[in-house]
Amino acid sequence: MTETHPIIRLDDVTKTYPMPAGDVRALDHLSLDIMPAEFIAIMGPSGSGKSTLLNLIGCLDVPSTGDIQISGLSMKALSDDELTSLRRDHLGFVFQQFNLIPLLTIVENVEFPLILARRTSGTRERCHEVLGAVGLTPDLYSHRPAELSGGQQQRAAIARALVNDPKILLCDEPTGNLDSKTGDTIMGLLADLNRKGKTILVVTHDPRIAGYAGRTIRMVDGRVA
Amino acid sequence: MILFDLAKRNIRLHWLRSLLAVVGIIIGVTAISSMGMLGNSLVLSISDSLTSVGDTIVVSPHISAAPGTIGGGGSSLKITERQVEEIRRAAGANTVVPIHTGAERITVGNEAKTAALYAMDPADVPVLLEKESGIYLRYGTGAMVGKKLAEENDLKVGESLGIGSGEERVRIVGLLKERGIGFDLNPDYAIIVPDTWFTSRYGERDYDQVIIKVRKLEDIDGVKAAIEDKLNRREQVVNVLDTRKVLKTIVDAFNQISTFTTAIGGISLVVAGISILNVMLMSVTERTKEIGIIRSLGAKRGEVMRIFLFEALILGLMGSAIGGVLSLAGGYLALNVMLQSSKYLFAATTLVYILYGVAFGIGVSLLSGIYPAWKAAMMSPIEALRFE
Repeated sequence: MTETHPIIRLDDVTKTYPMPAGDVRALDHLSLDIMPAEFIAIMGPSGSGKSTLLNLIGCLDVPSTGDIQISGLSMKALSDDELTSLRRDHLGFVFQQFNLIPLLTIVENVEFPLILARRTSGTRERCHEVLGAVGLTPDLYSHRPAELSGGQQQRAAIARALVNDPKILLCDEPTGNLDSKTGDTIMGLLADLNRKGKTILVVTHDPRIAGYAGRTIRMVDGRVA
Repeated sequence: MILFDLAKRNIRLHWLRSLLAVVGIIIGVTAISSMGMLGNSLVLSISDSLTSVGDTIVVSPHISAAPGTIGGGGSSLKITERQVEEIRRAAGANTVVPIHTGAERITVGNEAKTAALYAMDPADVPVLLEKESGIYLRYGTGAMVGKKLAEENDLKVGESLGIGSGEERVRIVGLLKERGIGFDLNPDYAIIVPDTWFTSRYGERDYDQVIIKVRKLEDIDGVKAAIEDKLNRREQVVNVLDTRKVLKTIVDAFNQISTFTTAIGGISLVVAGISILNVMLMSVTERTKEIGIIRSLGAKRGEVMRIFLFEALILGLMGSAIGGVLSLAGGYLALNVMLQSSKYLFAATTLVYILYGVAFGIGVSLLSGIYPAWKAAMMSPIEALRFE
């Protein structure tokens, strides 16, 4: 059975940033539908608005005009706390810099979103499950992020993004800090998750990475080219 | 509790500056508690030494502002027997004790010394003074000796001492309990003798002061007014001192001193609070990126705020707990230096200042954490994530 409603819908979205030299329009009347279980690469030159697009879909920022719906929920109607809950329960982030919390061990990093979601039982088991699924061995779980290689850190970051079982994964240059071999295994991991039904958006400069995607959205000057 | 753990680990990571902030709180709490304890002990010690609890009126001759005034005993330095009778009438059923006072040379063994001398009706002695050993004064001869005078000269019941230049030997019949400083009598370094013996030896019939012990505290104002009315109507002949009022004035003054010193301790706590504020602001700036990550993972503003408030709370709790323990030592030291005694240290009203100090320490720390925590919570997640 296939869902017919888009999991992400952008409806005439504009995002402007006020600057001393005048407003900068990062997104310009952008409309876009993304269906469940799509694997999408977002490409475009610097300043084309691809990161802004990812941040808006990630509920880290709100549109200046227009509306975004995530899993049918309209962002316009949500408060800051509600947007945060939406982000926590429906979205997972994977960053170029991995962005693991340095003060926490690998397993604690993965556990953190579960605790924010007020999950009280079976959290460690769930963490071990997702850490195993991304291919990290248990001897690494109690290490601090700095003690791991880049590839291992990105696997941990993906485990953290998956732990609350979100439908959507938002990845900002996920292989940008990795050598090409490690980058390929990480992309293989994402492709595998996509096959299991996750909707995946990857912002990238690298056409080879875009090759993993089912659809590529090219951005120019805040619009889809 | 992962939010608490994050706060704890950050403190451990920056242990030196955290330690310095904690030291500030320790000093503040110790200062505020020790000062409070010292002030309270001062008040306790003063109230204890001023034994006349406030049920006493002391009448003494008024020393005229215009010297050489001649007139029917009006400005004399004595209270006449007739005036004593008037005071008795004014005092009604309350006990009136007229007293001769003076200082006299005494000889103990071969040594000559000076001591205060109080002469009164032996029947009145138990009203004003408590004996420690021996018996109370009886009519005729004999003397009671103040505790300190007896101790310093090794005087015992049954021994005799010489009084005055004639070195008349008087037998010690009893020793008095220590009484401390009073508004009426200061018997600790004094000798108490019967008034008849005093009159026959010195030929003095007029008195130096009259002490009235009221039965009910409410009577004090009435008796005082009646005495003023009888003796001071035309001109001021006597001073009428109401010890309750004096006591209150003195205790009030010491309470003010106590409040002032505690406030000085409070200043150091405010300084400590500023140092926590500084440490926390640094922490927020350094962890901007981490705040962004935590927000992107789905932490609400309140949860981010809690991480930083926990940090301030931990610093405050550590500083206050250590400060509270050190306050005992600080209080002990302050009491020994200022009062030469630590006997009021464990009084409940003294120890409660440790609780005040600890509560203030925690309060100030939390208060200092509010602004940095709020700043962290209000950060835009995107700006925070971009921070390098």
